[in-house]
Amino acid sequence: MFGRLSHLAIDSRDVPPSISDSAALRAHLGDQWPELNDLKVKMAVNRTLVHGIVPIGEDDEVAFLPPMSGG
Amino acid sequence: MIRVFEAPFDPAEALATFIAGAGEGAVVSFVGIVRGEGGVETLTLDHYPGFTEAEIMRVVGALIARHGLSAATVIHRYGTMRPGEPIMFAATAAPHRRAAMRALDELIDRLKTGAPFWKKERRAGSDHWLEASDADRADAKRWVASDG
Repeated sequence: MFGRLSHLAIDSRDVPPSISDSAALRAHLGDQWPELNDLKVKMAVNRTLVHGIVPIGEDDEVAFLPPMSGG
Repeated sequence: MIRVFEAPFDPAEALATFIAGAGEGAVVSFVGIVRGEGGVETLTLDHYPGFTEAEIMRVVGALIARHGLSAATVIHRYGTMRPGEPIMFAATAAPHRRAAMRALDELIDRLKTGAPFWKKERRAGSDHWLEASDADRADAKRWVASDG
């Protein structure tokens, strides 16, 4: 978690194994952390930005990226 | 070469190193220095290790190809800085000056909006997260027509 989302303490052990794609993960976590439902928050899976919906497994690294400030 | 690190750096040394490997023609460089306007006490940058470098490399790689650059570099700090400290160094080299100048102008505009950093300003003892400014977005859009 980065920027203004860095206070979120998301534990991957709390994600049920039935979650198998990026949209389902966002919906699941968005119930607990409404900030993640903001469409300006992008997702990256294994350090690649997600466009559309991609499959997610337990070994994947997922990041939620709030709007970037630039360099 | 892309480097993202926390420690202070010397832009003059970065420029000398770049020139030594740049080849003949033209070298153009840019140094970004933290601004203290509006009572900014510190600026803190958060980044996503691995991802931030890869995104900057993607932008630089496209510019090298499009402008026919012989070399390009970006050095960017993260962590907490004070006004007056160098935060970023970028340089381009090309056989002729116009390509190097135009590529650097585009590189800076793209990094100002697209580089994956999250900035936090401390003013009067409290922290504020920033987003890319409308002016920076307008500058980046100057180059959209040349995408693809």
